[in-house]
Amino acid sequence: MKQEEFEKVQKRLGNVSRRDFMKLCSAVAATMALPGTVVPKIAHAITSPTRPPVIWLHGSECTGCSMSLLRSEHPTLEKLIFDLISLDFHETVSAGAGHQAEEALHKAVEENFGKFILVIEGAIPMKDGGVFCRIAGKNFVQTVKEIGAKAGAVIAIGSCASWGGVAAMDPNPTGCVGVQEVLPEKKVISLPGCPPNPYNLLSTIIHYLTFNRMPVLDDENRPKFAYGRLIHEHCERRPHFDNGRFARSFGDEGHRQGYCLYYLGCKGPVTYANCSTMQFGDAGSGCWPVGIGHPCFGCAEKGVGFNIPQFTTSPVIHTTPAAAHAPITLERGEGVSVKSAALMAGAAGVAIGAGAVFTAKLSGKEDKHENKEA
Amino acid sequence: MSKAKPLGGRIFTPTFMICLMITGFFIYFAAKRFIFGIGSIANLNDGFPWGIWIAYDVVVGSAFACGGYVMALMVYVLNKGEFHPLVRPALLASMFGYTLAGVSVFLDIGRYLNAYNLYLPWQMNFHSVMFEVAMCIGTYIFVLWLEFSPAFVEKWQLKNFGKILNRVVFALIALGVLLPTMHQSSLGTMMLMAGFKLDPLWHTSSLPLLFLLTALFMGFAMVIFEGTISSRVYDLGDETSMFSKISSIMTWILGFYLVIRFQNIFMRGEMGHAFSGSFLGNMFLLENLLLLIGLFILSSASNRSNPRALFIAAVAILLGGSLFRFNTYIIGFDPGTGWKYFPSVGEQVITYGLIAMEIAAYTLFVKIFPVFEVHKPVESNP
Repeated sequence: MKQEEFEKVQKRLGNVSRRDFMKLCSAVAATMALPGTVVPKIAHAITSPTRPPVIWLHGSECTGCSMSLLRSEHPTLEKLIFDLISLDFHETVSAGAGHQAEEALHKAVEENFGKFILVIEGAIPMKDGGVFCRIAGKNFVQTVKEIGAKAGAVIAIGSCASWGGVAAMDPNPTGCVGVQEVLPEKKVISLPGCPPNPYNLLSTIIHYLTFNRMPVLDDENRPKFAYGRLIHEHCERRPHFDNGRFARSFGDEGHRQGYCLYYLGCKGPVTYANCSTMQFGDAGSGCWPVGIGHPCFGCAEKGVGFNIPQFTTSPVIHTTPAAAHAPITLERGEGVSVKSAALMAGAAGVAIGAGAVFTAKLSGKEDKHENKEA
Repeated sequence: MSKAKPLGGRIFTPTFMICLMITGFFIYFAAKRFIFGIGSIANLNDGFPWGIWIAYDVVVGSAFACGGYVMALMVYVLNKGEFHPLVRPALLASMFGYTLAGVSVFLDIGRYLNAYNLYLPWQMNFHSVMFEVAMCIGTYIFVLWLEFSPAFVEKWQLKNFGKILNRVVFALIALGVLLPTMHQSSLGTMMLMAGFKLDPLWHTSSLPLLFLLTALFMGFAMVIFEGTISSRVYDLGDETSMFSKISSIMTWILGFYLVIRFQNIFMRGEMGHAFSGSFLGNMFLLENLLLLIGLFILSSASNRSNPRALFIAAVAILLGGSLFRFNTYIIGFDPGTGWKYFPSVGEQVITYGLIAMEIAAYTLFVKIFPVFEVHKPVESNP
């Protein structure tokens, strides 16, 4: 993107520098493992005046996903999010309140009918007609059905919206479910995690803006770029697991040494997410649960997070423990020994001796013959 | 039909028995290697993955085995029919030299059972120098056996096979000249990739050319070396007149090589390193001194018709050429701090065993198959 082009939209982007803007586009492309050539495309899509807006609704949840987005420490990120992806309506960060806010929501929905991206945060209570979560005098399940039908794409952010999460924990008194169950006719992209990495959301939305389609999804509708691998596979403590070095209790020698947290109940081996490569919540390098010495609790995996107790050891799927481990000290070879030197000297001696005898027997003139049997 | 005849005579001579004994030791260590792995007999390590098996058996050994290459080049390409009697013995030596180089590689590769993948087209990596060398040498072994097969045809009267062979032999000979040109230069390319691990005295972009030229003059030197020994040992009559002609060709190639070698060192400003008195500098000087001795001896016409001088020159050139290749592959190669390598007893025995096998097979074949043309009648045949 050229400087002149960028100047037209710079003000709307909160006066970020062109350099910072292009860096964000590159980071987004890298998160999705897209080639560098799509970075300009991303830049154009983000700055296009006709890009579809985002409408954000809240259900039964803690607003943690929004918090994680707001607290992104990447410079100017919150600015970029609100101005970049055209977030037309967000309940918790809305300046207006009451009827005013409700009006803004319906105006945004009608204006962008069939085009907008609906992001839903939080589970949807179903028991007793869904009376446990009411906004503007309407049950939340009703709101989701009405607005969801008008949306161009629906994204469920967080574990609650994905399958119920903490709100649907046993015994699930309010009958909470994920968005997909309420909108069975739509393909709801789910970004589980408690909270999920804000870059995963940003990348998914920008992928949609750039290519007009959603990224490749797995069978649970999670984007493969973020949820294609187990946390365990790329964990920074994986070598300790492979070599059998484990922390057995909090504060023990192994724990202080930074060994594998598997026996403290780490759910990395059963949880699909990119925490081990993207870190968690954009909180900075090394600041994800396993990095700071706490076992993963599997928040992003249905049936693991809020389901298997924290300190219960998880099964290891895709187990590939090393049969033998690499030695810590590397042997750097053996030099000359008495035996090998003696053998080589002996062989050389025999060769030189035989050569000398043969040479001595050779005549200095042509046509004279030795008669040696061989 | 060539004039060559089997020599006949007693097979189990003392030389043959000693060679068999060394081969026995070879078999012991080779079995140990296949059962317990390379580490059980070799000093090879991650720093020196290529030891004496590659440096001698393949790199030096294949240069020694270039006799067949240069003689085919002389007789069939340059049409110097006068050297025809030297072709078949040279081919025989080349055949065993290359075959045993193949055996050595088989011992040297960790997962030898996967070796067949080399010939599967969908497994081929055409960007790999190693592939080029492996494929080329692997093919050349077959070509050499086929090039030599007229001897089998004559021995066993294989008339049908002989007819087919006559029709394709020109292609075999063309391959037999093309393939060594390719892989001998690629042997240099392989160490070009070693980068800064290889001492600047040997690491130069001219390595492929230097390897090709060493292969040429070492091939000629080997023909003289072998021919001198076998003519005396088997009482074949004098071949010095042919050797003196070969040696004058060899002298030009050797001179050309030395000019390039020193010009290259000068050009890259490494002459100070060569004369610094360091170990590697001295190895460089020794290598080239041996070649210069050969060049000096052969520069005089009277020496070229003197069997002893010819033999000494051939030995000096073979040693110098081998040292160049050893220096490039092991001695001048430094993979980093702390790495060391010296061939273990097992490794050495494997190599000596391969040499012994080569000699034994050679003496056996010349007695059974028509290889040599005898210039004078054999008085007694013990």
